[in-house]
Amino acid sequence: MQANINTTAPLGAEAGGGTPKTVKMAGKLAYRNLFHDRLSLTVTLIGIVFSVVLVAVQCGLYIGSEQMIAAMVDKSEGDLWVVPLGTKSFDDPSLLMGHEKYAVLSTPGVDSAEELVVGFAAWRKPKGGTTAVLLVGSDHLRGSLKPYNIVDGSINDLRQPFTVAVDDTYFDDLGVTGLGDAAEINNTRVTIAAVTHGIRSFTTLPYVFTSLPRARILVDASANQASYTLVRLAPDANAEKVRADLSARLKDREVMEQAEFRKRSVDYWLFQTGAGGALIAGATLGLIVGIVIVAQTLYSSTKDHLNEFATLRALGASASYVYKVILIQALLSAVLGYGVGMILSLLIIWATKETTLTIVMTPGLAVLLFVLTIAMCTIAAISAIFKVTRIDPAGVFSR
Amino acid sequence: MSLNEETTRPESKVLLEAKGIVKVFGSGAGEVKPLKGIDLKLRSGELTLLMGPSGSGKTTLLSILGCILTPTEGNLDVAGNSTEGLDAEGLADVRRKHVGFVFQGYNLFPTMTATENVMLALDVRSALVVDPPAHAVGALDAVGLAHRAKAFPSKLSGGEKQRVAIARALAGSPSVILADEPTAALDSENGKAVMALLSEVAKDPNRAVLAVTHDHRTIPYADRIIRIEDGCIVGEERPGEKPAQATNTHATDKD
Repeated sequence: MQANINTTAPLGAEAGGGTPKTVKMAGKLAYRNLFHDRLSLTVTLIGIVFSVVLVAVQCGLYIGSEQMIAAMVDKSEGDLWVVPLGTKSFDDPSLLMGHEKYAVLSTPGVDSAEELVVGFAAWRKPKGGTTAVLLVGSDHLRGSLKPYNIVDGSINDLRQPFTVAVDDTYFDDLGVTGLGDAAEINNTRVTIAAVTHGIRSFTTLPYVFTSLPRARILVDASANQASYTLVRLAPDANAEKVRADLSARLKDREVMEQAEFRKRSVDYWLFQTGAGGALIAGATLGLIVGIVIVAQTLYSSTKDHLNEFATLRALGASASYVYKVILIQALLSAVLGYGVGMILSLLIIWATKETTLTIVMTPGLAVLLFVLTIAMCTIAAISAIFKVTRIDPAGVFSR
Repeated sequence: MSLNEETTRPESKVLLEAKGIVKVFGSGAGEVKPLKGIDLKLRSGELTLLMGPSGSGKTTLLSILGCILTPTEGNLDVAGNSTEGLDAEGLADVRRKHVGFVFQGYNLFPTMTATENVMLALDVRSALVVDPPAHAVGALDAVGLAHRAKAFPSKLSGGEKQRVAIARALAGSPSVILADEPTAALDSENGKAVMALLSEVAKDPNRAVLAVTHDHRTIPYADRIIRIEDGCIVGEERPGEKPAQATNTHATDKD
């Protein structure tokens, strides 16, 4: 074979015009390394997908739980809440002493006040049997907290005596089938006048909405008593001052800002009961499992390509160049795993939307999951990087 | 005056110079001294063969000349750059800028085409080129492999792989090409072709080529042959000229 070469011209000089640019091959090498071994890639992706789905479900449950716990507070339009001293959450009601509304209204800086009666009650099913419910009595015409997501009947129908609104997801628990069904609350007959959809409670006790006067009757409260008094401030009022004034006037009650009461409710159910801790532990476990699986497969892939990395080093590649190839491999795995994991997570959320499991995916959670996946794969790449750091480029020569 | 200086072409320049290279591995009873004081110059426009038996220190010397290993004693200048005191990254920088390697086992990236293998070397060397793929194909054309530009290494013959490796070594126009047993894995015909190619590569007045080899078929292509035994240079000759005595008296003294 004749050597047919011209070594200097094409290598030393550029034919034609144009702006010289650097060559970018690290990404392609990482991509090829990754897709070269499909089995290893599959294992890596399974690890990441498992992790993404587990973390998504756990975090989705956490957010769903938080939204469920805070739903009533979020729907209420109050700047301040007057609550019985020691109240742990919205769902842990007791009755105020009474007359708080008048004390509130006579305080400078207050625009209006709204009373809520919330209490546990016994719901006797039409066909027998009793279950506990959480009765919510409010001014459903002028107040801020009233049944929402009404799918059958009307809120105006709650004007009728001893009518209630219930959620259709609790029909089985309540032993009813829909509008017009009758039951008993604390031995008083009530009729379903409105049906909502998706108002669920974290405690699993069904919310039953009724008017304020009827709620007082049903929980045996006096005409001036309420569980909570919502305070709306005048536009130019100083919230801190009004709060201080109210606290001074209403001994043995607590005055809290809306966000404070929301946080107290969420903290109680999620952290004092340990439910939130379990969810966070589940999400953390998912991350750890993901890191271990990705680290193992990435390490294995790096070992498989060790001779190539040594060649790169022998050719003069800096350590950072080699690290870049490994990190790109990790990031490509992360993006692919995240994509598949998110699709699966959304499918799970869609499949469970009609169940008692409230899993929520928010744009913020989606971004957080992406960041976590990237971080997880980057951390997983460390073991592979350590392996490459110990490469002896002299190993590429024959011995 | 050494043979080096006596017989070189006056227009050639020293592109690599090693002085008093000693390499020691281990310590105490386990100490091994594969290089015992090597002086060596590689000049532009020459293909130099480094020949010697197994265990003579060829590969260790090649690793040091390629800035992969650091010598225990001695100095190395590559393309006018002293490597003294450089750390691993500093040595990698010298390799990147001035040294191209050709390996016995080719060491091509199996997941990359011939063109991509050359482009990868351009990337590693941070070379600035107008049209990288065209540049890489041009490099393959220079070694007679433009028609195999899109082939993966698994589809190339041994000779073709070594030609791609040479094109890769030439990417970015390094001053020094170091080849480790470039014909060892090749049949006679391909071995000759590769040596002819390296010989042509060495004709570049700005480049020096050193090939470590056992293969006596490579001798006709050499401008200069250095023989190494037991860590010392024991002879140096130019084919067609009378063999010279060992130039490395320094090494002998140390032994």
